[in-house]
Amino acid sequence: MNMMFSKTPAIQCGPGPHCSFTPSKGCAADPLRMSPCAPGSACLIMDGVSCAYGKTRVVENVSFAVRPGELLCLLGPSGCGKTTTLRMAAGLETPVDGRILLNGQLVGGQGMHVAPEKRNIGFLFQDYALFPHLNVLANVAFGIRNKGKAESRDRAMDMLRQVGMEAHADSWPHQLSGGQMQRVALARALAPEPMLMLLDEPFSGLDKRLRDQIRDETLHVLKSTGVCVLMVTHDPEEAMFMADRIAIMRAGRIVQLDEPETLYRRPVASFVASFFGEVNRIPSNVRQGKVHSPLGAFPAPGFKEGAEVDLVIRPEALSLELEDNGNATVLVSHMLGRSNLIHLRVESGYGPPIHLHARTTGPLPHIEGARVSIKLDQSQAFVYPAEEQVETETMPEEIPQPPPNLGSFC
Amino acid sequence: MMKSASATTTSASSFLPAFMAGQNVSSGAGWVRATVFIALLVGAPVTFILAHVFASSGGVWEHLAQTVLPLYIVNSLLLMLGVGAGVMIGGVGTAWLVTMCRFPGKGVLEWALLLPMAMPAYVVAYTYTGLLDFAGPIQSALREVFGWSSARDYWFFEIRSLGGAIVVMSLVLYPYVYLLARSAFLEQSICVLEASRTLGQGPWKGFFKVALPLARPSIAAGTALALMETLNDFGTVHYFAVDTFTTGIYRTWLGLGEPTAAAQLGAVLLLFVLALVMIERVSRGASQYHHTTARYRRLPGYQLTGWRCLTAQTFCFTGVFFGFALPSSVLAWWSVRYSTIGLDFLPMVRNSFLLALVAALAAVTVGVIMAYAQRLSPTPMTRSTVRLASFGYAIPGSVIAVGTLIPLGLIDNALSGFMSERFGLSTGLLLTGGIAALVYAYLVRFLAVSFNGIEASLSKVTNSMEAACRTLGQGTMGTLRLVHVPLIRGALLTAGLLVFVDVMKELPATLIMRPLNFDTLAVRTFSLASDERLMDAATPALVIVLVGLIPIIMLSYAVARSRPGEKS
Repeated sequence: MNMMFSKTPAIQCGPGPHCSFTPSKGCAADPLRMSPCAPGSACLIMDGVSCAYGKTRVVENVSFAVRPGELLCLLGPSGCGKTTTLRMAAGLETPVDGRILLNGQLVGGQGMHVAPEKRNIGFLFQDYALFPHLNVLANVAFGIRNKGKAESRDRAMDMLRQVGMEAHADSWPHQLSGGQMQRVALARALAPEPMLMLLDEPFSGLDKRLRDQIRDETLHVLKSTGVCVLMVTHDPEEAMFMADRIAIMRAGRIVQLDEPETLYRRPVASFVASFFGEVNRIPSNVRQGKVHSPLGAFPAPGFKEGAEVDLVIRPEALSLELEDNGNATVLVSHMLGRSNLIHLRVESGYGPPIHLHARTTGPLPHIEGARVSIKLDQSQAFVYPAEEQVETETMPEEIPQPPPNLGSFC
Repeated sequence: MMKSASATTTSASSFLPAFMAGQNVSSGAGWVRATVFIALLVGAPVTFILAHVFASSGGVWEHLAQTVLPLYIVNSLLLMLGVGAGVMIGGVGTAWLVTMCRFPGKGVLEWALLLPMAMPAYVVAYTYTGLLDFAGPIQSALREVFGWSSARDYWFFEIRSLGGAIVVMSLVLYPYVYLLARSAFLEQSICVLEASRTLGQGPWKGFFKVALPLARPSIAAGTALALMETLNDFGTVHYFAVDTFTTGIYRTWLGLGEPTAAAQLGAVLLLFVLALVMIERVSRGASQYHHTTARYRRLPGYQLTGWRCLTAQTFCFTGVFFGFALPSSVLAWWSVRYSTIGLDFLPMVRNSFLLALVAALAAVTVGVIMAYAQRLSPTPMTRSTVRLASFGYAIPGSVIAVGTLIPLGLIDNALSGFMSERFGLSTGLLLTGGIAALVYAYLVRFLAVSFNGIEASLSKVTNSMEAACRTLGQGTMGTLRLVHVPLIRGALLTAGLLVFVDVMKELPATLIMRPLNFDTLAVRTFSLASDERLMDAATPALVIVLVGLIPIIMLSYAVARSRPGEKS
C-alpha cells in the first residue's frame, strides 16, 4: 500500500531527453524562455494540450509553462476551458493531444497518464471540499504521508498557524465560515509540500469585502512557500492582483499570455482589451494606412486598404473638458463612487454621430447637455480586425455556483 | 464469488483504455470491470430461465400447459387484480386522509399505517387461519352461542381461498402505495389545490380532479411494487391452496423433479414481472415532472368532525388493526400460551441470523462497488450494467432459486465428475449443497435494495471532495475507504439492515435452496404451519415480525419528519 502512495522520484528539470528546449526557438512550451530551466527547478509545462468531452473539444492546443515560484493565472469567461486545463494539470482529466510535464517528468499525454494521487500537487477547490467527517486538524493532516503521527500533527499545526487557523484545529468544517474554510483548504493543500498548487476560482465563494482580504493573505502564504501556482479565475481584477503572468483564454485557446501590465497596455486582440473592462468600439475602415474617426486618425499598420476594423478605446482614455464649441455632447452622467461614467454623443464629418462612454475621476463637472471637447490618451486606443458583434462576450459579475454534485468545467 | 469480485477491484488501474480518454480520469477501470462481472453474475439466473423457454422438457411442459397453466394464469391475474384494487383503495385512501385532513389519531396513524409492512404475508395468513377456521376461536364461539354443531349448519367466510389470499396480501402490502402516495400528496403544492378550490371545485372534486391525477405516477409505482410482492409470494398461496406460478414452480421442481419445466413456468411468470417493471419504471420517470411550482404552504387540513371523522378513523385503523395489531397480538398470545421453545430453536435462530448477516454484508459490499463504479465512470455502459444488476428485486424468489440451482448444479456435476475421474476424489455438491448458493440467490434478489440506498447517499460526497482526496495522494481504493465509506456509514447500515430483514422473511428461495436439515425461522414457520401446528409456528413467526419491525420503525421516524417546504 505504501509503495502505491510514495512520492514519485523527482526528475530534475533541466536539459535532457524530456525537455523540449531548442536553442534557436527556446522552450516549446514557453517561447519566452530562451534558456533551459535550471536543474532542479519545479515547473509545469503544458505542451500543445487538447481536451475533449465526446466530440466537443473544450481545450485546443494550449501551451504554457509555469516557472519556478511563479503564479500563472488562466483568465477567461465561463466555458473557455480554463478549469479543464487546470484539471488536466491535476490529472483529473486526460488530454487527447499534447503532453504535460511536471518537474521535467512526463505525466500526461503520449499514452502516459500519472494518476492525480501520484503527481504531488495541491488543489484548492472552489467549494473548498473539506471532508465533513474529519476535523480541521485531520483535514490538514490528511495528505501528509511518510511521517509519524506526531510529526504529521506538527506539520499540520504549522500549516494552520501559517494561515492563522491554529485556534480552530479541533473545530469541524461545518462550524467554520467561508473564509475560514478557504484558509483550512489552503493549509490542507499545502501541507504535503506539493511542487505545484492548482487553484480553481478559490475566492468566488466569498463575499466581496472578505474576498480582498483572503486574496491578499493567500498570496502571501503562497509566495512565502515558493510553490509554483496555476490559478483559474474569471475575474480580471483578481488575476491582475494575484498573477505574475496571465493567460487569457477564449473558446479553449490561449489568446494572449503576458504580464498583467503588458496585457492591459498592449492587448493583442479586441477580446483581450475588452476583457479588462467595458470598451468603446468604433467600426471603421482603413484608408491610406490609417483609421479615421471623430477622435482623429490612428495608424493601422499591417491592414489592407479598405479593411474593416474596430477602433477600440478604453473609456478611461478619454478626458473631457467643458468647451462651448467642443464636438461632443454629454447625454447622461452617472456618479459611480470611485469614478464617473459619462455617455457622450460625438458629431463629426465622418459619418453619423457616434455614442461613446468616458470614465473620469474626481467631481462630476459635466452637466447633462453640456458641450465638451475630448482629449484622448493614444496609448489606450487600439485597432483590431473587425469582429462580429455576436462574438463579443460580456462577463457575468459572478459565475453561478455549479450544483454541488457536478464537476465544474470552467 | 465475493473473492473474485474484490480481487478485481483492488487491481483498479488508473490507466484508461483509449476509448475513455477525455472522460473524467478518476474512473477506475477496475471498478467498472468489477461491476460488469457482478452484473453478469447477478443476471445469470434470469438468463438461464429465459434460455429454457425453448428447451425440451420431454412433454412435461405440454402436460402442464394443458392442465394447470391456464389455472395458474387465471389465479395469478385474479390475485393481482384483487390485491391491486385492495392496495390502491387502502393506500391512496389512507394517504389522502392523513395528509390532507385533520382528525384525532392522525399523528399516530401517519407512521402506524406502515406497521403492516413488518408482517410477512404468510405469517398473517397462518394467523387468520388459526383464528377463522372451523376449529378456531371465532367459529367455536359462534357454534357455542347459536348451538350449531357442524359446518353444514351455517355459512362462514372461508379464509383459505383466493379471496382470503387477496385480503391478506392487501392488508400487508397497502403500505407500499400509502408510502408513495403520501409523499406524492405532500409534494403537491397546496397552491394547486387551492387554485382548484377557487375555480369552483369542492374538496372531493379537488381530490378526484387534481390531487389524484397528479399523484397517479406514484400510485402506479407503489401498486406495481405491491404486485411484484404478490407474484413473489409463495407462503400464502401455498397454504391457502391457491394454485399460482410460485406454487407451480415449487411443485414442478420438488414434486415432479422437472427443473426444465419449472424454469419454463418461471419464464412465463417473468412476463408478468416484466410488465410490472415497465409500469413502475415509466411511472417513476413521469413522477419526476409533476412539480409545476416550488411554492409550498402548510397543508390545509380539512377538519373532520362527526361521522366523517369516525369514518376516516375507522378506515385508517382497519389497515393497522387487521394488518398488524391483531395478528401480532395473536402471535404473541400463542407463543406465550402454547408454544414451547425446543432445543432446535436456537440453532434455527442462529441459522436465520447468520444467513441474513452474510447476505447483508455481501449485498452492501457489492452495492458499494457498483455505486462507486457508476460514480467514477458515469458512462452509458456502466449505467446500463448497473441497471441490469439491480433488476433482481422484481424477480420472484422461486424463479431465482430455479435459475440459480440449474446452472450451479451443472457446474457441481461437472466439477465432481472431473475430480473423481482425475483424482478419485468425491467432492459432492460443492456449490449447491451449502449456503453459498443461497447467499448468491439472496444477493440476486436483494442487491437493488442495498444499491439504491447507497447510490442515493453517495451524493453526499461532492465531486471536489473526491478530487481533493485524489490530489492529496489517495487512489480510488483509498478514497473509498477514507472519504466515501465514513461519509455514507449511516446509509450502509440502513442498506444492510433492509437486506437483513428481507432475508429473514424470505421463504420460497430459502425453501428450495437450503441445505438439508438447515432450518431457518421462515422455513420452520412454513413447515409447522403446513403441518397445521399453527400455534407452534407462532414463536418463529413472532421473531421474524419483531426483527422486521426495526426498519419499519426507522422508516416511520423518517416519514414523521418529512414534509417538503416545512424544512428550514
